[in-house]
Amino acid sequence: MQTHNRSSRLLLPARQSFIVGSLLAALVLNLVPLGVAPLMPDWVALTLAFWNVREPRRSGMLPGFVLGLFMDVAHGAVLGQHPLAYVAVAFGARALSRRVLWFTHWQQALHVLPLLLLAQALMVVVRVAAGAHFPGWGYFVSSLSGALIWPALSMLLLWPQAQPVEKDENRPL
Amino acid sequence: MPVATEHQPPPFFKRGPAPLARLLFFVALSLSLFVVDLRYHYLDLMRQGVALLSYPLQQLARSPGALSARAGDYFASVTALQEENNELRRRQTELSLAQQRYAQLAQEKDEVGVLGQVTRAYTMQSEVTLVSDKGQAVPVQVGRNGLRGVVFGAGPGVLELRYMPANADVQPGDVLVTSGLDGVYLPGLPVAKVARIDRDATFTFARILCLPAAGVERNTQVLVLGKRASPPPPPAEEAPAAAQRRTTARRPGGKGG
Repeated sequence: MQTHNRSSRLLLPARQSFIVGSLLAALVLNLVPLGVAPLMPDWVALTLAFWNVREPRRSGMLPGFVLGLFMDVAHGAVLGQHPLAYVAVAFGARALSRRVLWFTHWQQALHVLPLLLLAQALMVVVRVAAGAHFPGWGYFVSSLSGALIWPALSMLLLWPQAQPVEKDENRPL
Repeated sequence: MPVATEHQPPPFFKRGPAPLARLLFFVALSLSLFVVDLRYHYLDLMRQGVALLSYPLQQLARSPGALSARAGDYFASVTALQEENNELRRRQTELSLAQQRYAQLAQEKDEVGVLGQVTRAYTMQSEVTLVSDKGQAVPVQVGRNGLRGVVFGAGPGVLELRYMPANADVQPGDVLVTSGLDGVYLPGLPVAKVARIDRDATFTFARILCLPAAGVERNTQVLVLGKRASPPPPPAEEAPAAAQRRTTARRPGGKGG
């Protein structure tokens, strides 16, 4: 597999432990108490989208569902709010995975942005249905920051796979 | 001929249900969770279980903030402690000074007694002849029985009660107070305490050595008592009565305003 489909650089297969670990790390990042910080992206949605684009066979919607339950409990939301959004993100990313990988990181970010917006819109709908007020348009800034950070996150999460199989001290790169 | 193409060929790889089916399944699950939680509140146990599982993660997520808060607390408390220490040290210095002075004053207060007589008065200072001076004589009484006598200075820190008969009723420990007969000292001030009595039949008088009650040559604070003056004459009786009459006469006029 390559960094994207036009690249000639070959990658190692991702380890399952790394996938799970990165998802858990994203959950911890989401649980960091920052108060009202709309700029903070939804790390779980981003990481979930990443792995569903990269490895659609190895990360399905179940992780999204489980992580969503954790988020619901941690945020005191109605059960089902985050799972619904994350499952939608996972499905969308999986559907996009064949197409997205032909693009560069920034173009990928443009594909991811609607996914994140969709997830947030679903959460808003569920919250309003549960009796909350509309949080305001500033709530959706988090999707923008998530899309902006997508290239960096991609490179970070691809880094372990980009290591050479055989380390050669004399090789220039 | 039966058409076999109505059946899909078996898949080469086992992939589980189709993504769309999974999506529908999870969406249905989420929505049912949503409804059950919102309507029936049956999911408290599940919520508690998930909360228990996520507790370590939450602690992990909170740790940077908690750590920084704790570090802030630490440095704030170190600063506060240093300030408090300095303040306490300053106060302790002040208090020990005050306490030292208090102890000195308390000792002087215990040693209340006649110190001597002002013999020369200058503008800024005065000279006091101590009771232990050789030329100083103070008329005294024995406090216990009122026996009169004169106490003379006998060198530094020692007094002698002279001219007392050998059989005089004086005992060691008796307190000698001023009798006031000389018109210099007020009566009743403690002067000395009898320390030793030598009754020798070969002498007419007993040799009575006393120690001054005041801390002679030790004190820093003394109280100067003036000479006894005759009390001022009583005021004339006519003046106040006349004044009162005048004020009562003025009162009606004052009310008119």
